[in-house]
Amino acid sequence: MKSDRIKFLVFALVVLLVPLPLSGGYLTNVLIFVGINSVLALGLNLLLGYAGQISLGQAAFFGLGAYGSGVLTTAYGVNPWLAMVAVALCVALFAFAIGFPVLRLKGHYLAMATLGVGVIVNIALNETVELTGGPSGLSGIPNLTIGSLTFDSDLKNYYLVWVFALGMILLSLNLVNSRFGRGLRAIHDSEVAARVMGVNARLMKVQVFTLSAFMSAIMGSLYCHVMTFISPNSFGFHFSVELLTMIVIGGLGSVYGSILGALLLTLLPEMLRTFQDYDIIVYGLLLITMTIYLPGGLVEGIPALLRRLVPARKVTEGSDA
Amino acid sequence: MLSLNGIGKRFGGLTALEGISFNVGKGSITGIIGPNGAGKTTLFNVATGIYPPSSGAVLLEGKDISKLPPEGRARLGLVRTFQNIELFGKMTVLENVMVGLHTQSRSGLFACSFRMPWQMSEERRIRERAMELLDFVCIPDLAGVQAGTLSFGKGRLLEIARAMALEPKILLMDEPAAGLNSSETAELAELIKRIRDLGVTVALVEHDMDLVMDICDQLVVLNLGTMLAEGTPRQIQDNPAVITAYLGEE
Repeated sequence: MKSDRIKFLVFALVVLLVPLPLSGGYLTNVLIFVGINSVLALGLNLLLGYAGQISLGQAAFFGLGAYGSGVLTTAYGVNPWLAMVAVALCVALFAFAIGFPVLRLKGHYLAMATLGVGVIVNIALNETVELTGGPSGLSGIPNLTIGSLTFDSDLKNYYLVWVFALGMILLSLNLVNSRFGRGLRAIHDSEVAARVMGVNARLMKVQVFTLSAFMSAIMGSLYCHVMTFISPNSFGFHFSVELLTMIVIGGLGSVYGSILGALLLTLLPEMLRTFQDYDIIVYGLLLITMTIYLPGGLVEGIPALLRRLVPARKVTEGSDA
Repeated sequence: MLSLNGIGKRFGGLTALEGISFNVGKGSITGIIGPNGAGKTTLFNVATGIYPPSSGAVLLEGKDISKLPPEGRARLGLVRTFQNIELFGKMTVLENVMVGLHTQSRSGLFACSFRMPWQMSEERRIRERAMELLDFVCIPDLAGVQAGTLSFGKGRLLEIARAMALEPKILLMDEPAAGLNSSETAELAELIKRIRDLGVTVALVEHDMDLVMDICDQLVVLNLGTMLAEGTPRQIQDNPAVITAYLGEE
């Protein structure tokens, strides 16, 4: 318990100090998206890595959050913070409502149903042109402000996004190490046994689905205010698969694994720009390779690799890290 | 305590159970025996709500629970263990028992993510209670071990501890001695008697006749989905119909 706290504090400290030497350059900008993707991946990991329920439509909740905030603040002049809360609650309600029928399904059928939700939402964003601007996107979204502080630079947005991200990471860490988190893992291991133990599996699956949608919607709102321009392309099936790849690479059923996966898969495409059009192939290959050779993801793989490479005595010192 | 009234179960054209009626007396240890394919496990699955019965009713303390799902029956005190041990393999031994304490605690999504003070004290209480239960089945030293790595015998003990965490009124055990060696079976017999001494009614399906004759107060014999006999172990041993079912005609 105590070592978990220290681990989080060290992580938070690193996050808060990292941009200082970068002085707001290009990398800071990329790290904003690492923050957003971390929370999106974390939401999906709570659902898939902990409760064992797949979703291929996570980008839809992210998109609904972004477009909800975008439309409310540009077309209707709603206060952005108010819009963020209202939109996140509506998206959560939407997820809760579709969660009951959708999460009765298992395996491939669940994957297909959530995929369908993602596709439908994406089509809706493209087709409701007078509201969303359709395929050409929605522009002129205002930056967020607190009093006289406007979040208009990369450095300010970095701290804005990461304060939210750190908050959600902390809450998720609490959640997975609690009665609720144990219930989710029990459902994952054996749903029949969990139900016989009095765990209300149906409700808990819907609850965690709703939570992941809520987290995604909040990040969507932040994303639209950081970018000030959004288009439906960012919220398609492609991005849902990218999120899935993040958690498989980072580590299913690991909070920090989600962040590691988000970091790698956000930085990598930036570095390998030449791959741009073929990145879906790279994701596919990564998914296959990881599930075959490293099913626990990098959070398990790296320590295991170190144990092999580094002489035994050194590892006993560092094995707690 | 638990009454089965005219239970029937059909899977398509196959009749697995027909007209099963008996009472499990409060505080007793009741054994359900019968040759392979007699319908013993199906009867357990109907009693615990894994399958709905095709006919008849299941009553717990006089209340009809036939329509309740497994988790609803668990909350009322009807708890089971599985023949092939259904543990949460990726969780630790202690965590497995803590899941068993799910119905004894209430913290939900919000209390858990915000670490409300009452949630923290509840968590501490659950952890202590789980340790007591591991003590009860004599495996406290395995608390931190991943449950999937346990031997079959230890896994069985863990499953019993986890079931006891629900504070059952009646515990249904599906072949608890299956896969155990003779010394483990002897320990199991002692454990089941200690469970009965705590005031928990026990019903078990079992093939191990020595165990059944040793610990049961009452026996129910099934054969080909119907009830063949009911009585004390001594009466059953001398019942000609039972002998025929087990050993065949002379």
